[in-house]
Amino acid sequence: MLRLDGASVRFAGHTALDGVELDVAEREIVCVLGPSGGGKSTLLRTVAGLQPLDSGRVFLDGRDLGGVPAHRRGVGLMFQDHQLFPQRDVGGNVAFGLRMHGASRQEQERRVRELLDLVGLPGAERRAVASLSGGEQQRVALARALAPRPRLLMLDEPLGQLDRSLRERLVVELRGVFRTLGTTVLAVTHDQGEAFALADRVVVMREGRIAQSGTPLEVWQRPADEFVARFLGFDNVVETTVTGQSADTPWGKLPVPEDSPQGPGTLLVRPAGVRLVDAAEGLRCTVAARTFRGTHVAVRLQPEGAPGLEAACALREAPEPGGTVGVVFDAADVVVLGGASRT
Amino acid sequence: MALPVAFFAVFFAYPVAAIVARGLRIDGAWHLGRITEVLAEPGVGQVLWFTTWQALASTALTLLVALPGAYVFARLDFPGKRMLRAVVTVPFVLPTVVVGTAFLALVGRGGLLDDLWGVRLDGTVWAVLLAHVFFNYAVVVRTVGGLWAQLDPRQEEAARMLGASRLTAWRTVTLPALGPAVAAAALMVFLFTFTSFGVVQILGGPGFSTIEVEIYRQTSQIFDLSTAAVLTLVQFAAVGAILGVHAWTVRRGESTLRLVDAARTARTPRGAGQRALLGAVLATIAVLLVLPLAVLVARSFDAPGFGYYTALTRTDGGTFLVAPIEAVGNSLRYAVAATLIAVLIGSLAAAALARKGAGRLVRGFDALLMLPLGVSAVTVGFGFLITLDEPPLDLRASWILVPLAQALVGAPFVVRTMLPVLRAVDERLREAAAVLGASPWRVWREVDLPIVRRALLIAAGFAFAVSLGEFGATVFIARPDNPTLPVAVARLLGRPGDLNYGQAMALSTILMVVCAVALLVLERLRTEPTERGVV
Repeated sequence: MLRLDGASVRFAGHTALDGVELDVAEREIVCVLGPSGGGKSTLLRTVAGLQPLDSGRVFLDGRDLGGVPAHRRGVGLMFQDHQLFPQRDVGGNVAFGLRMHGASRQEQERRVRELLDLVGLPGAERRAVASLSGGEQQRVALARALAPRPRLLMLDEPLGQLDRSLRERLVVELRGVFRTLGTTVLAVTHDQGEAFALADRVVVMREGRIAQSGTPLEVWQRPADEFVARFLGFDNVVETTVTGQSADTPWGKLPVPEDSPQGPGTLLVRPAGVRLVDAAEGLRCTVAARTFRGTHVAVRLQPEGAPGLEAACALREAPEPGGTVGVVFDAADVVVLGGASRT
Repeated sequence: MALPVAFFAVFFAYPVAAIVARGLRIDGAWHLGRITEVLAEPGVGQVLWFTTWQALASTALTLLVALPGAYVFARLDFPGKRMLRAVVTVPFVLPTVVVGTAFLALVGRGGLLDDLWGVRLDGTVWAVLLAHVFFNYAVVVRTVGGLWAQLDPRQEEAARMLGASRLTAWRTVTLPALGPAVAAAALMVFLFTFTSFGVVQILGGPGFSTIEVEIYRQTSQIFDLSTAAVLTLVQFAAVGAILGVHAWTVRRGESTLRLVDAARTARTPRGAGQRALLGAVLATIAVLLVLPLAVLVARSFDAPGFGYYTALTRTDGGTFLVAPIEAVGNSLRYAVAATLIAVLIGSLAAAALARKGAGRLVRGFDALLMLPLGVSAVTVGFGFLITLDEPPLDLRASWILVPLAQALVGAPFVVRTMLPVLRAVDERLREAAAVLGASPWRVWREVDLPIVRRALLIAAGFAFAVSLGEFGATVFIARPDNPTLPVAVARLLGRPGDLNYGQAMALSTILMVVCAVALLVLERLRTEPTERGVV
């Protein structure tokens, strides 16, 4: 439905988008994930028509959007900090797009009521924008963006400014709303939790390029490269040379799954695959620190003459800091990066 | 708080009240009937009518010409923008006398237009209107443009994403947000043009007279104090009303806008429309703002070998007891003294007004502080003469009289500049400093002062420029042997002959250069990166 074809945008001094190829299917929820300043917002702004492309093209439903002004593109954009109009009340904000599209007064009222019900703020029409809490503003912004029935809805850090518990609740609600309405969504965020919870497909961006694209599970299980792995919070990443089902690393020889790419590469060990054993066995490590994570304990280990390791272990098995343990690796949680899921 | 109140009471309220009393009290009895009598005179009615409609016309014209400029300065990036912003501000702090002279050189007898096409506008209302636009262009650009630059451009983008065209987005989102600023700017322009003196005095000719000019005429030429007193009261009432409306719009406008860093919102012009607009604005500035000043400067060099300038150094014994050039030194000395007084009084008042929990009384004082801007400077000057001439306040012979009158006009600017900054200092910064062990004085020294210092310097610069250009009050109280630059210019213009005219141009040029230098220094300070911590 949406297609970006070699989209590039250059600002003085740096390239915000560098030949981006992206497809979003009808009713799909795609989430672009990446660190701040990675070109995510620019991507949305080019689709919206707020930022001209230096090269490449954007298609919506097969139509080239080049030269189509922002207000005629029929796409919606929810801004990072909502950008509600402070001079208008909640109803006035939600009705704005309807007015721009020449809807009748009754039609406006009906639709505003419908949308405020949908986002869980029934009867809030006459409230002042300034009186809304962060979560309520977010809901109004969503209602406003949905009101003119955009063909594609884009969200810029949709939950960025909200606190954690609210974010977790709203992301579920958002997904529910989009499923119900069958909305096609392109969202950008720097928060992997948000992306994984919201999206059918996650696209990881780095310095204006797409580093990886896949379902949340694929990306989580098989990060395409070291950047993606580290961005997802994995720290056990080292250079390696793979031969058969064995990989040569600073931590010694590690077992790898059968279909792993061969030769020199990068290797990731998920913390769950770092198993603690008696100090006499396996790789000898000092316990540097441990952090309680609720469901498990993250243990920071320091092997001699090799990069540090993070292990996840059950609460009662966690060793005391300062102690010495042995480490063995579980092949199921060892990933040689750059595998099948790269696109 | 006590000091500013006392200052304004003694040097503002008392002289003004005294002069009104002198006009309306005859043999110890009030003659309030004089008010209706005077107002019924056809001549006075004409003055009121002219004052009002020329102010309205000037305001409308200024908005029309300057709003595109406000947009260009707020939203577009172009080379030389900082320099140009200083250039358009120069007219505002120029003495009205210089503005009048500059337009005389452009549209007056033997002016540029007269030479080229035989067009003369002096003595017509057009000259007055154009001079008012020239004078107040910066008020609109600064007030409206300043806010415009801080409006989040994404508000318009949000509207466009919802289906609004560029124009509709501007009309439905930006214009309502700018509304209060436009209203505030319009009111300021109206206020300045309503009380216009120097410009009308020089350009208006006999047919056109504002209240302020009429007060001057009645006081100094006809000696009809009661008419002058009534006119003063009328102007006072009108200015009070304008200031009331102004305070109301400003307060309303401060409500709910989301503001962003101005440095982030400007873009290089894109597309033919924006480039054409930029070109048009630059052309307007060149013709309306730069040309009159350029002509003024050119005329001052019209005599062979800097003749007009060298003439300034000679005493001719007639108009002046001293060489006109000495006015430069006088002006600078007076302006420095006036600046010190204005900054002291103004910042004390601002500090008192900014304090949290300042009551209604203090808030009222906020509006009162603006009154000296609108009350007839002529009245103040004449009031000084009749009230400060006997013990315990016998200052008539003292040089301090002139700086005091000038500080009266400068102090409101100081308050205006300092107050927003002081109010914006985040209370939590002070709390943080206190928790870290700073005494109240140290808190002020370590937190407030660094944030306010820049505003203080800017305020001082403004007060300096305003003092330098003050004419209405100074013309009364400056002693003949110690004229200031504007007074000297006016006296030179008042005498016939090319030499006097040329000297007036030369002296105006000097005054302009002094003002412009002060202003450029200001602009440098203004555009230094903002300190963090001001929220």
